[in-house]
Amino acid sequence: MKSFKINSQLFERESVLAIILLIPALVVIFGVLIFPLGTSLALSFTDLKLTNPDSGGFIGFRNFVEALKNPLFWSSIGRTTIFGVSTVLTEVFLGVAIALLLNQKFKGRGFARGVVILPWALPYVVNGIMWKWIFDANYGAFNAFLSQIGFLETYRIWLGEPISAFAIVVFANIWKETPVAVILVIAALQSIPHELYEAASIDGARSFRKFRSITFPMLKPIITTLVIIKTIWALKEFDLIYIITKGGPANSTNMFSYYIYQNTFKFLNFGYGSALAYLLTLLTIILAYFYMRSLKVGIDVES
Amino acid sequence: MVAMKMNRKFRQSFVYIGVLIVLASIVVPFLWLVISSVSTRIQLTTVPLKWVPEVLNLKNYQEMLVAETGVNASLKIGLRNSVVVAVSATLFCLFAGSLAAYAFTRLRFRGKNVLFSFILLSQVMPMIVLIIPIYIIMNRLGLLNTLLSLVLADCAFVLPLVIWLMRSYFSSIPWSLEEMARIDGCSRFGTIFRIILPLSKPGLAASGIFAFIIAWNEFFSALILSSTTRSKTISVVISEYSSKVGVDYVAMAAAGVVASIPPVLLAIVFQRYIVQGLTAGSVKG
Repeated sequence: MKSFKINSQLFERESVLAIILLIPALVVIFGVLIFPLGTSLALSFTDLKLTNPDSGGFIGFRNFVEALKNPLFWSSIGRTTIFGVSTVLTEVFLGVAIALLLNQKFKGRGFARGVVILPWALPYVVNGIMWKWIFDANYGAFNAFLSQIGFLETYRIWLGEPISAFAIVVFANIWKETPVAVILVIAALQSIPHELYEAASIDGARSFRKFRSITFPMLKPIITTLVIIKTIWALKEFDLIYIITKGGPANSTNMFSYYIYQNTFKFLNFGYGSALAYLLTLLTIILAYFYMRSLKVGIDVES
Repeated sequence: MVAMKMNRKFRQSFVYIGVLIVLASIVVPFLWLVISSVSTRIQLTTVPLKWVPEVLNLKNYQEMLVAETGVNASLKIGLRNSVVVAVSATLFCLFAGSLAAYAFTRLRFRGKNVLFSFILLSQVMPMIVLIIPIYIIMNRLGLLNTLLSLVLADCAFVLPLVIWLMRSYFSSIPWSLEEMARIDGCSRFGTIFRIILPLSKPGLAASGIFAFIIAWNEFFSALILSSTTRSKTISVVISEYSSKVGVDYVAMAAAGVVASIPPVLLAIVFQRYIVQGLTAGSVKG
């Protein structure tokens, strides 16, 4: 009886209670995050190949040096950069434009906002097969449509040509990821105090002036956040590439995440793959730092 | 006055045209997948393409329910695996995540900031970095090709999300409620389970639906960790099937539609929650 009392008093202590409450989450986070991060750092200094049982020895920075010397590494980085810049800029621009449109008063606004979520909710794989099917060389709807309106004489193999294949992956990503931007910008628009617009109207400001002096400055924080988080997502892009192009034709859609996947799980080069993955991690951590700063988290957790 | 009215009308029709373009560009591609799924293969492969099916072909949907062999049987198992994995990951993350979120919002303890930054970090960490060691660990533990490994991998990004969402929800519950319960002699655990969690039902529902959609749509970790029919999720089955030569487009489209039904339906019905989740998940601190 006495020991029970002590225990229950112990529970009342905040730090003890915190540990108890955090245990299930911490076990998982340690198991699937911290431990793997440590392990892959260690792996990145080895020559581990699953095809070779004698491999796995320490080789220092050789994997990293090899990556930096490999033209395929640099071309995948280059393609990822083009992919990232084009998707992020388009998605943020479209996000703001569509949000402004859906923030107007019109009949069926609630319905329209619901439909906008659809691409976000669609599984990545379904998004992939949908575009693959639409751009199919023999029976795709895109070819059929263009030829029926007289734009195209013969069907083209869109996914077989480097430039159009790359454009399709960019397009599929934009279609899927723009809704998140739309929803976040709508939320930001709704938090702008109405009085600001009223005051501006009294001062005789026209629509464009209101946008430039009120809406845009108020949207700046969310735009910054979107640019950073979408850049992180663009670096991660794998699913669409895997489903639609498998990195082809002729590596034209082989972006950084897919390049890591290829080296690790197709060529079974776990050491080299881990080193590549760590380069991606470093890049992500740098971006995440700016992301957290833009959210001003970490500073106000304590308060 | 007349000019202003004209101006407003002009502006209004401009809005409707814009909205129509946006909605069409979202709905039309998906609608084509739905139409393809109820067409016949012959109709889809005629040139010039006929856009509207003459007869409704529901064969693939029916076969997905009853098939014992072949692609449709794998799809059926994949669908079941996806349900088991997504539901388990969601329930576990709701449990572990809301307790952790409570600690982060209400309790003072050492290393809170560092820990919370780690949790935020894990939300943005690329899966490819984690999956290499996770693959090796699961392999050693003999957990490859089990649903458990898929659930655990899902937790890597679902758990931080739940913690993040529940934290912002708990912050909105006034302290005074808890203090009153404590004065009435309720223990700390009692307050959590009898006061805070029941009050947080909307928050739990929002996080749960959000978590389920994210877990259901996860593809990459499932692709790496499962290579047997018994353990593949619907996404993995579809991805494999779609890369085969001479694929049956109708069956592929039908599978795609079936895989989309749970997340799309949830997102549309619980639109409000999704908006809350997305805004709390990446904007609020």
